[in-house]
Amino acid sequence: MSLMNWIDQRFPATRVFKEHFSEYYAPKNFNFWYFFGSLALLMLVLQIVTGVLLAMNYKPDADSAFASVEYIMRDVWGGWFVRYMHSTGASFFFIVIYLHMFRGLLYGSYRNPRELIWIFGMVIYIAMMATAFFGYLLPWGQMSYWGAQVIVNLFDTIPWIGPPLAEWLRGDYVISDITLNRFYALHYLVPFLLAALVFLHIVALHKVGSNNPDGVEIKRGPRGNRWSAQAPADGVPFHPYYTVKDIWGMAVFLALFFAVVFFMPEMGGYFLEQPNFEPANPLKTPEHIAPVWYFTPYYAILRAVPSFAGTQVWGVLAMFAALVVFFFLPWLDRSPVSSMRYKGWLSRLAIGVFAISFLVLGYLGTRPPTPQLTLLAQIFTVLYFAYFLLMPWYSRIEKTKPVPERLTR
Amino acid sequence: MRKMRDLFTSLGATGALLALTLAPPSTAATDAPRMRMAPYTASLKDIPSLQHGAKLFVNYCLSCHSARFMRYNRMAEDLHIPPDLVERDMMFAGDKIGDPMETSMPAEAAEQWFGVAPPDLSLIGRLRSPEWLYNYFLTFYLDENSPSGWNNVVFENVAMPHAMQELQGLQRAIFKTETGPDGARREVLDRFEITSPGKMSVEEYRQAARDLTNFLVYLGEPAKLVRTEYGIWVMVFLIAFGFFAYLLKKEYWRDVQ
Amino acid sequence: MTDKPVDNRRRRLLTAATTGMGLAGTAGMLVPFAGSMLPSERAKAAGAPVEVDISGLGPGRQITVEWRGKPVWIIGRSPDDLDFLASMADSLADPDSQAAQQPAYARNPYRSIKREVLVLVGICTHLGCSPQFRPELTADADGAFLCACHGSRFDLAGRVYRNVPAPTNLVVPPHRYVSDNVILIGEDPETA
Repeated sequence: MSLMNWIDQRFPATRVFKEHFSEYYAPKNFNFWYFFGSLALLMLVLQIVTGVLLAMNYKPDADSAFASVEYIMRDVWGGWFVRYMHSTGASFFFIVIYLHMFRGLLYGSYRNPRELIWIFGMVIYIAMMATAFFGYLLPWGQMSYWGAQVIVNLFDTIPWIGPPLAEWLRGDYVISDITLNRFYALHYLVPFLLAALVFLHIVALHKVGSNNPDGVEIKRGPRGNRWSAQAPADGVPFHPYYTVKDIWGMAVFLALFFAVVFFMPEMGGYFLEQPNFEPANPLKTPEHIAPVWYFTPYYAILRAVPSFAGTQVWGVLAMFAALVVFFFLPWLDRSPVSSMRYKGWLSRLAIGVFAISFLVLGYLGTRPPTPQLTLLAQIFTVLYFAYFLLMPWYSRIEKTKPVPERLTR
Repeated sequence: MRKMRDLFTSLGATGALLALTLAPPSTAATDAPRMRMAPYTASLKDIPSLQHGAKLFVNYCLSCHSARFMRYNRMAEDLHIPPDLVERDMMFAGDKIGDPMETSMPAEAAEQWFGVAPPDLSLIGRLRSPEWLYNYFLTFYLDENSPSGWNNVVFENVAMPHAMQELQGLQRAIFKTETGPDGARREVLDRFEITSPGKMSVEEYRQAARDLTNFLVYLGEPAKLVRTEYGIWVMVFLIAFGFFAYLLKKEYWRDVQ
Repeated sequence: MTDKPVDNRRRRLLTAATTGMGLAGTAGMLVPFAGSMLPSERAKAAGAPVEVDISGLGPGRQITVEWRGKPVWIIGRSPDDLDFLASMADSLADPDSQAAQQPAYARNPYRSIKREVLVLVGICTHLGCSPQFRPELTADADGAFLCACHGSRFDLAGRVYRNVPAPTNLVVPPHRYVSDNVILIGEDPETA
């Protein structure tokens, strides 16, 4: 162990391992929902590795981008595998993140003292959306092109500064080679910012300790367990207990992930959209444009808000508000208890309605608009916001159940 | 009890997500179709069919369309066609076996003849469904009002003439007027009337259309030939890995209560 | 459950099995990852064997073709040139072509399949410059190929001189005669 000593005198390797793994005490009652944190990290790593490999063969040039993707799919040894991992990975990353976020809502993981974890998490989520948006232009297919065109034009609707802002983002009057080139640069950059943000997210988490399905602070409970006399009685060392549990979770998750990679990489047109197999054509819009599924809830909100007072900026504002409102969650929740297990029926109803609204809006965002569907989108947009805006009211007045002293298992 | 309920919410949420992802994505409600398409699912297991499709493709498509993301040697290897046969029968003079399948027709000339440049067909098998392609090959009909003299039921006002007319023969389409469920009246296909038979019988030509469709699906994604095979091994491995990981987890968690 | 003693052997075994399989799986995934950096089908098609018609090649003449992005020389030699090669041994570092810089079928005093036709990769074995062919120099034993970068010299069989920077003879690429006057560069003879 002299090598370890040599390192430890120069770099706190053993100390960091103890503090964050073998002597980091996590509540012992983590359930299914607690897999998604480590799975998100796994996805980030896989996306960066496959992304770097793809970058070695991809050309960010309007004349050759589409062909270079097909070159990867056909001429590069193992290229299709790397590419499908990356394209499937983007969607799986969002599935994991959405479940991870829902866990936070379910057990009140955003509440005092975890506000900053939540805020870092939201910034991560937005950075992820930016990365995904930049990345989606790169294959330079019809859907890539027109999707980017529509999203960048959102900025166009902002009064006064909108049009010059949109031109500045594109570097051109339409989405073009110039835009593709810069989106590529940004698509490569943002994941590294993402990695840094994830680091902050975990540092903040380990400062205050993990929440759990009971929403009970194990640090405030009794001390002493079979590993340490000082550690919280209801904690278990992250390593080996949660490392082995997360490995088992990863095995299941990867089985699902690779099932898609190998057997249905297009996922019925949701992960790889059919129109994107045709090269971008600035003169011909596909019959129906929809963003990739992970953006569609927000897209539905955008379309649900009608334009009035001579501008359509309201839809854009509503869309951004739908994201921003998440940041205020720690201060909107006035309940005396954290976990949904002890909250009253109003909170349960609210979170159920919210989850359904999110899924329905996501579905509506993939459909061409009709008057009936737009009405539906409007109703669910209202319900989406009601979850947040009514929370200070319903979380306070409802009758909660008594919270136990210790974890209930 | 609590555990059960949490599991229930978990399953509910993931189930809803899955249901959402499995529903087919929207394709725009364009004009109502002029015929009910004959169902067709492509098969890449049938190598002789793919070989025949390749031959049809080279003879009837490649003179105007390119498949510039496909190399001759890749096709030879994947479809078990001897390379010298490909060189002799399928390639244009001067091409090398490692070259992509380019057309001999200059794009400008094509644009003049047909009004649009014939698109590259490398990815047509992913852009269009196998069903669409199969029906497209079957439903060319004579139409005096079209510049090429040809029209197609599933691709209305297509610029391309019927490339395989010598095989299928000539046919006329008889339309009838029908009232849709929404009350609107529209023209739908009633039947075809063969005016001059081709070299192939009706069933032979259908088989040719199936072969060509299969080939185009292969052409759209050559990796499809092997990807599911690898996939099965990866699944077997991950299940075995998951089994050990589960035992390991169980073993350690015996400590915790 | 807690009162049961810990079965350390079982833990070690399961840890080893899971770790081993995890590493194997990761390695399996890394194979296509690393493989994606191999020469692609496009690179292979561009590096396919090149056919060269040598009917116009006479003594002292040179034909240069590109094979896998590198210059390949085909050089005609006269009977005098060939006689001269035999007398060079003392000035050369590796006169008998000990180093594997040529296929087995070109490991002979002339480093070629046909005596009068020499095929070489025109890249100096020192640092990769392309030497110049100087037919006028052959007679005075100063070398037939001179690398301008660092002054390495090679004789008319591509053999390196003593006391020059280049360590080994010039490379003879795989090649075969399709017919008397056509060489295919990049493929070994069928009965090699």
